[in-house]
Amino acid sequence: MSDLTHLIPAAQADFANAANMNDLEVAKAKYLGKTGLLTDALKGLGKLSNEERPAAGAAINVVKQGVEAALTARREALLNAEQAKQLAQESIDVTLPARAQSQGGLHPVTLTLQRIEQLFHSIGFEVATGPEIETDFYNFTALNIPEDHPARAMHDTFYIDEANVLRTHTSPVQIRYMENALKTNKTPPLKIIAPGRVYRVDSDATHSPMFHQVEGLWVDEDISFANLKGVVQDFLQKFFERDDLTVRFRPSFFPFTEPSAEMDMSWNGGWLEIGGCGMVHPEVFKHVNLDSEKYRGFAFGLGVERLTMLRYGVNDLRHFFNNDLRFLSQFK
Amino acid sequence: MQFSENWLRSLVNTDLDSHALSHALTMAGLEVEDSQPVAASFNKVVVAKILSVEKHPDADRLQVCMVDVGLVKPLQIVCGASNARACLIAPCAMVGAELPGISIKQAKVRGVESFGMMCSSKELGISAEAAGLLELESDAIVGQNIREHLDLDDNLLTLKLTPNRSDCLSLTGIARDVAAITGASTSFEVISPVAAEMQATKNVLVNEQAACPRYCGRLIRGVNARAATPLWMVKRLERSGLRSISAIVDVTNYVLLALGQPMHAFDAAKLNGDINVRFAKAQESLVLLNDAIVQLKTDDLVISDANGVLALAGIMGGKPSSVDDTTTDIFLESAFFAPFAIAGKARRLGLSTDSSYRFERGVDFGNTRNALEYATALIKQICGGKAGEVTEVVGVLPTRNPVKLRMARLISVLGIPFAQDKVAQLLTQLGFAFIASDGVFTVTPPSYRFDIAIEEDLIEEVARLHGYDHIPATPPVAALSMLDAPETKCHLNKLRDSLVAKGYQEVVNYSFVDESWERDLLGNATPIKLQNPIASNLSVMRTSLWGGLLDTLTYNLNRKQDRAFLFEIGATYFKEADAFTEITRISGLAYGSAMPEQWGTDSADIDFFAVKAHVDALIGAPAVYEKAEHVTLHPGQTARILLNGVAIGWLGKLHPKWQQHYNLTKSAYLFELDANAILNRELPRYQEVSKLLPIRRDLAVVMDENIAVNLVLSVIKNANIPLIAEVGLFDLYQGQGVAENKKSLALSVLMHDTQKSLTDNDADTAISNLLQLLTNKFGAILRN
Repeated sequence: MSDLTHLIPAAQADFANAANMNDLEVAKAKYLGKTGLLTDALKGLGKLSNEERPAAGAAINVVKQGVEAALTARREALLNAEQAKQLAQESIDVTLPARAQSQGGLHPVTLTLQRIEQLFHSIGFEVATGPEIETDFYNFTALNIPEDHPARAMHDTFYIDEANVLRTHTSPVQIRYMENALKTNKTPPLKIIAPGRVYRVDSDATHSPMFHQVEGLWVDEDISFANLKGVVQDFLQKFFERDDLTVRFRPSFFPFTEPSAEMDMSWNGGWLEIGGCGMVHPEVFKHVNLDSEKYRGFAFGLGVERLTMLRYGVNDLRHFFNNDLRFLSQFK
Repeated sequence: MQFSENWLRSLVNTDLDSHALSHALTMAGLEVEDSQPVAASFNKVVVAKILSVEKHPDADRLQVCMVDVGLVKPLQIVCGASNARACLIAPCAMVGAELPGISIKQAKVRGVESFGMMCSSKELGISAEAAGLLELESDAIVGQNIREHLDLDDNLLTLKLTPNRSDCLSLTGIARDVAAITGASTSFEVISPVAAEMQATKNVLVNEQAACPRYCGRLIRGVNARAATPLWMVKRLERSGLRSISAIVDVTNYVLLALGQPMHAFDAAKLNGDINVRFAKAQESLVLLNDAIVQLKTDDLVISDANGVLALAGIMGGKPSSVDDTTTDIFLESAFFAPFAIAGKARRLGLSTDSSYRFERGVDFGNTRNALEYATALIKQICGGKAGEVTEVVGVLPTRNPVKLRMARLISVLGIPFAQDKVAQLLTQLGFAFIASDGVFTVTPPSYRFDIAIEEDLIEEVARLHGYDHIPATPPVAALSMLDAPETKCHLNKLRDSLVAKGYQEVVNYSFVDESWERDLLGNATPIKLQNPIASNLSVMRTSLWGGLLDTLTYNLNRKQDRAFLFEIGATYFKEADAFTEITRISGLAYGSAMPEQWGTDSADIDFFAVKAHVDALIGAPAVYEKAEHVTLHPGQTARILLNGVAIGWLGKLHPKWQQHYNLTKSAYLFELDANAILNRELPRYQEVSKLLPIRRDLAVVMDENIAVNLVLSVIKNANIPLIAEVGLFDLYQGQGVAENKKSLALSVLMHDTQKSLTDNDADTAISNLLQLLTNKFGAILRN
């Protein structure tokens, strides 16, 4: 029987020439098919003597294994190439813009209000609300601002009729909340903030006829003016995320607080006015039947637009109510 | 209130510099709003006298002056001012002087040597404009530094006073507070009574003693009304923002500024009979000093005589009885009118005068007569004349009840320790009379303070003088308890987040809107009106947020935006039977392509059902949409939204006529919901999860096209057919293969049983039951 080892390199060459799986199958048949060279050789073993057959068989098998190995190698190579080709075809430009969804956003004043609510919530303040069309009584009288008091001239009030106004501040919510609390037998400590829209007859570059305030109120048996300063300073430091912020109080006058103060905040080496505050006036407690000997409280009012402008560097109040999407969409 | 710092300094001996003084005032509650030097900074300018003037040889408009500046030899100065003339005394800047923007050097002007510059008030930074050289008094001392001569090293301070501090509406009051704040001493002028030089008096009747608890008046005869007001007085008036008018009026204004007591001078020759302080009678009127004619009301306090009303008490004098330069006899009034009698009256007449401003806040009733004496002395000094006896009518003056200040209360309210001695010292600095015993001060407030009525008022005074700055920021110590956190009540912020996630931008619009929006866009003929709107297009309160959203849309479309998804949360305002109610609404508007313009996605416009999905997500509970009509919306594309059977809002396409009105090229979709109606959420309740697999069958039925799909689905749901767990619509078809006026609904039916596996037979029975139901209720037939 002739030596068949030359078939291995021959098969390798044929397999290498096969450009695809079909060609490879044809080439495979030449060696391993029903009438392939190696199949024929194996069939020829029957003609050999019993003594010759094992050695010849073993020799053919070695060649067959060699051819099969060559076949497997080529098959894998072709598969890899095909896969590589397909992957190359499937490749995309990953730098293309994403499939855009509509991107909404909150108004910057809402962002500030949410921040304020979150910070005060963290020390147990609840949110209270009240009507924007407010009675003269709640907006003024109950806050110790009787008719014809010069302090009324400080509020440029929008009137609906003789007895009703657009609230000029969020302070009436104090009264409504305390009245309600007592009606429902809720006793101090009372801790609320009251955010909302307020209105003044004033419109220029630095005044809007509608703006937002947050009123704060803490009534308890042992709450002091120093505590008021502590809470406001803590709030401002957390709101602006600046530990170096300090608060300065200046004596002022609000009929519903005594002592009263303007709150200034240190900012870029100077002082900025950010609201008014004070200890709840005994007359106010009297209006809601709270014993001012037993309880004390502090109240403060913050301008929300002012805080928003400082926080985000907005330089013009009018942006807030023009609702230009190019402005609003900056606050994502 | 504006005033000269130097005037203040003449009354209180403080060594604080100008900046420190302003700071001290501000920190004590008298906010210094503004501080301006009266003149620019400059030097080497002196009082000079022009000796002679000659025409410049080479320039028509220039003159060559010889000027005496107090040196041995006069200086030659070229000057272009038209009022330069011999004997004129005017400021002269010497060589080497530094003026605002100019350095004065020896120079040749068109060939003529010039050794300085004659100055106008503009060049010295005293005024913004000037016509020529600043003309000085003929007795000015030549050679004197002009800053000294005109008292230019002074500042104009403006205080922003709070309404409670009427005691600081005078130089005396401010000086008193500076002394209290700083502990400095005061040097007030001693006012002595002017002895009567004649018998003549005027009878004064005070009908309204409560409104006018004190009235002082006196005649002064033989005054020279044309006398010039002395320069020092003119200067102080001007630096307080008051123009010099005539000597007599100037004196009354000066006393007002100096002491805070409003004064009035009547021309005595124009008076007839007794002076009477009373309320006006119906139909009375008065021509005021400013020529305005006012119709008086019966609560207007007036000064009158036999002929009628002379003046509006405490507000403004009348024209007919006013002094002029022919006046020789005057009747001078100094009175205390109670705040209640004056408050609001001036405002009602559209007036605010220095006098009414003070009376409605409170004038020192202990100084009424003193002020009259002071004014008398000044008038005699300037205008001459003989003073008569003072007529004084005193009723019941305000009481100053003692106020108790407890040390313990002071300490607990302020939250800082305080020594009793310190409090005593501060009260003494304030000039308050007090008795101290056992940690309690009993304080009697002075007649000039109208704001010390209760203990807290004294606590504020002590804190103010101690310095608010010295009160530390102390975190409160309090009992802790957690806040309620109701899980079934969602926060408005969650609604906001839902819309933001769908691509909506929040906006904030004014609560007051154009009346036409309410009337036309919303069909509301009776919106709540503002009495004093800021503009005619912001005159009524909104009942819907849609007007604002449409306005915002057009604002942005005009700025080249082509799509806008907007929402707002805010109050809407209603009036029913005299009661106002507010409903918080959450409203949205969607306009333009459903997705932002981009590659690889078509730019289909947003439609009704896309917005409906946004609304569904917002409501977070199964809402019912029923066909309805709304004046703002397209009649065929409007849904009223109901939740648990209650109408909570609207969804629809903007009516084409409004689309046209707003010049919109595409359809806008609007929704509006009662925000509080959609805040309730169900607390999740666990239901057994079946371990067995469900079976799905699809079913297509044909029925009349007018039958609302929502009705079909709810009928199926309410029928509770055994095994059927869920039925959904997955296709809707009309057209070929379906008869006219009919539609085909393709339903997916999900069935399961928690107890056993379903067989095909079970499923067939359930589907057959379903079909039977649809046939019975809607005449549906199975589609082939």
